[in-house]
Amino acid sequence: MLNDKAASAARANSRFGWLRAYAADVPLLAWLLGVLVAVLLEQAMGEVLTDLVGLPKIPVLFGCMIMLKEPTLIPSALVYVAMIYGVPIILLGKLLARPANWIAARMITWPIVIPVIVHLVLLYGIMHIWSDLSLYRMLTLRLTLIAIMLTLSLNLINGYMGEFSCSHPGFMALGAYTASAVMVLFFVNDRLFGEALLPEMLGPFMFPLALVLGGIVAALGALLIAIPSFKTRGDYLAIISLAFLFIVKSLFENLQFLGGARGIKGQPDYADLPTVFCWTVLCVWIINNFVRSTLGKALNAVRDDEMAAEAMTVNTRFTKMVAFLFAAFWAGIAGGLFAHTVRFINPGTFDLKRLAELLAMVYFGGLNSVYGSIVGAVSINMLGEMLRPLALYKWIVIPLLLILVMIYRPTGLVAFKEFDVRKLMQPKRKPKNEV
Amino acid sequence: MQLFFQHLINALQWGSFYALIALGYSMVYGILMLFNFAHGDIFMVGAYIGFGVATALAALAALSALALPNWLILVLTILIAMYLTSFVGMLVERIGYRPLREAPRASAAITGLMIGIILETGNLAILGAQRIRFPSLIKTQVYDIGGVVVTNKKIMIVVVSLVLMLALNEFIKRTRWGMAMRAMAFDYVVIPLMGVPLNTIASLTFALGSALAAAAGILFAVAYPVLDPYIGITYGWKAFVAAILGGRGSVKGACLAGFLLGFIEIFVGAYLSSSLRDLIAYSIILLILVFRPHGFFGEPHSAKLRL
Repeated sequence: MLNDKAASAARANSRFGWLRAYAADVPLLAWLLGVLVAVLLEQAMGEVLTDLVGLPKIPVLFGCMIMLKEPTLIPSALVYVAMIYGVPIILLGKLLARPANWIAARMITWPIVIPVIVHLVLLYGIMHIWSDLSLYRMLTLRLTLIAIMLTLSLNLINGYMGEFSCSHPGFMALGAYTASAVMVLFFVNDRLFGEALLPEMLGPFMFPLALVLGGIVAALGALLIAIPSFKTRGDYLAIISLAFLFIVKSLFENLQFLGGARGIKGQPDYADLPTVFCWTVLCVWIINNFVRSTLGKALNAVRDDEMAAEAMTVNTRFTKMVAFLFAAFWAGIAGGLFAHTVRFINPGTFDLKRLAELLAMVYFGGLNSVYGSIVGAVSINMLGEMLRPLALYKWIVIPLLLILVMIYRPTGLVAFKEFDVRKLMQPKRKPKNEV
Repeated sequence: MQLFFQHLINALQWGSFYALIALGYSMVYGILMLFNFAHGDIFMVGAYIGFGVATALAALAALSALALPNWLILVLTILIAMYLTSFVGMLVERIGYRPLREAPRASAAITGLMIGIILETGNLAILGAQRIRFPSLIKTQVYDIGGVVVTNKKIMIVVVSLVLMLALNEFIKRTRWGMAMRAMAFDYVVIPLMGVPLNTIASLTFALGSALAAAAGILFAVAYPVLDPYIGITYGWKAFVAAILGGRGSVKGACLAGFLLGFIEIFVGAYLSSSLRDLIAYSIILLILVFRPHGFFGEPHSAKLRL
């Protein structure tokens, strides 16, 4: 009893301990409801509050851009963010904790599908309402979701498999070009491919097929790398994948029927928020299941000690190949979605800068972790957009941040953490002695 | 045939840039088992430092009565820039690699990559996006040898790089420092226990590689006098491929692979099409690596790799 009290006191005294103690009994459901109310509040009162605190327009990304552009407006932007997001979320999360806990406790006894769908619907609702206010938010959100897919699939190779792959932009390019070519060929009157071959109403049905085809092409490309590079252990994947990236980029520059260096533009606008959201959820779900499966555990075993894994009947080469192709497949799909989101691609889109960005996301978030991939993709992407007013200096701030993360947490912020959906959704209670 | 020899001369010049840059990658990779992704940008910084030194020396010579001949300015520029850039390399090691000695190797590669981006952006921020003209210190003299046109610049570039490569080879083979470096490449766990200071050797490796990169940068600027901040990212990564192709930590291999890359690029550009250059060059490299996965002179890793 005494020990428990001392422990809880120590927890409250530690860094952010008060926050942790405050949030200890608030389940995910309550947070989601709180955020939902916050975004609804912004929808309803955003304009009024903007006028009231004297901001030129509604802060798009939590006021960061306004603060950086005009330092005099920092107090008003802070007030706005606190009023719209801070206070409602913190208060409502606490207020709703009790009923939300009750509901969560009920739901968790039902088949797992039902609570998952409830949470996802809430999450989607939040995103939809939040991004409704400006096109810029919508674009940023979609690109962030796509970045989650890319980071997760790269983490599969660099984190779970423990190799160093540089070819992800190449896989992305393969997927993007395949999906774009199919969609533009069939559904768009285009200078490059001529008249549309199919009526436009079939487009939304063909789109997933085109994406999957892009994924398959990317996986086939990965096979080219996988066959030579998994013969031996070592750093040769890094170099072969880098050569592959150069080859893919150069190939697309030379394929004149795919637009050459000018690229393809005018992809139909099928990658809207619900589509991207669904694909991202699917990707997280499947990859999470993959890494928790026997094959995923075998992959970790191969990373930690290939010889021992081999002795324990793991077929190391097969395991590595499957994981690599799987990661490439998802990178291809993400590439297709990316092409249909920005609606313009050329070979220069998939260059070394993109590689650096992807690697930054993986290593910032954390190796060997689905949580980490999500954290890394969201934070680097959002940070990149928020620091946009800094222009050039953005590319000094973000690398510096990443160097600091690497020095103090060499495997990334949330490395080696299991992503357990059931645990995430379960009701939370305070430790007994505090009630 | 004349044309062939003409391209051969060009390829020698082009390959010597790659070879000099690749040496820096190869040494860091061979001795510390780390990818130094900042090295391409160190090459760029070296070229810019060379530009600064050359401009300052030329101005000094013009101001004072000191009649420095132009070739001496060039030699001094190369030496001073090599000296200064080696400190940039040591700084990179100190900031990006030493704190991560115990971390997974890939994390150190990421810090290197990030330092490279910082160097590049820093250069853009300080000097702006416009390109810079390197002062032309030596007059181009054209020799016509049986129809093959050779300039004194090309001869100088090839000779200087060959001398530097040989000097490095001798340094590693003959001196005590070189012996320590080779020992570290053999086993970086046990050798520090035998009294060889790992940190000093790491600094020395980075310093040597950066000095060579600076020399490459200045020679590059002599041949192509227009500098922009992106030369690091365009040529550095290609030299990285050459370094690994040469084999782990092999000076010979890195030079050979650098020249090979230069030859392929020039000849593809000359006889096929310059837009096919990357495609064919890297396809050939991919093929070579399929049959010789450890590069030209590399051996399989002896020590167990971290991560």
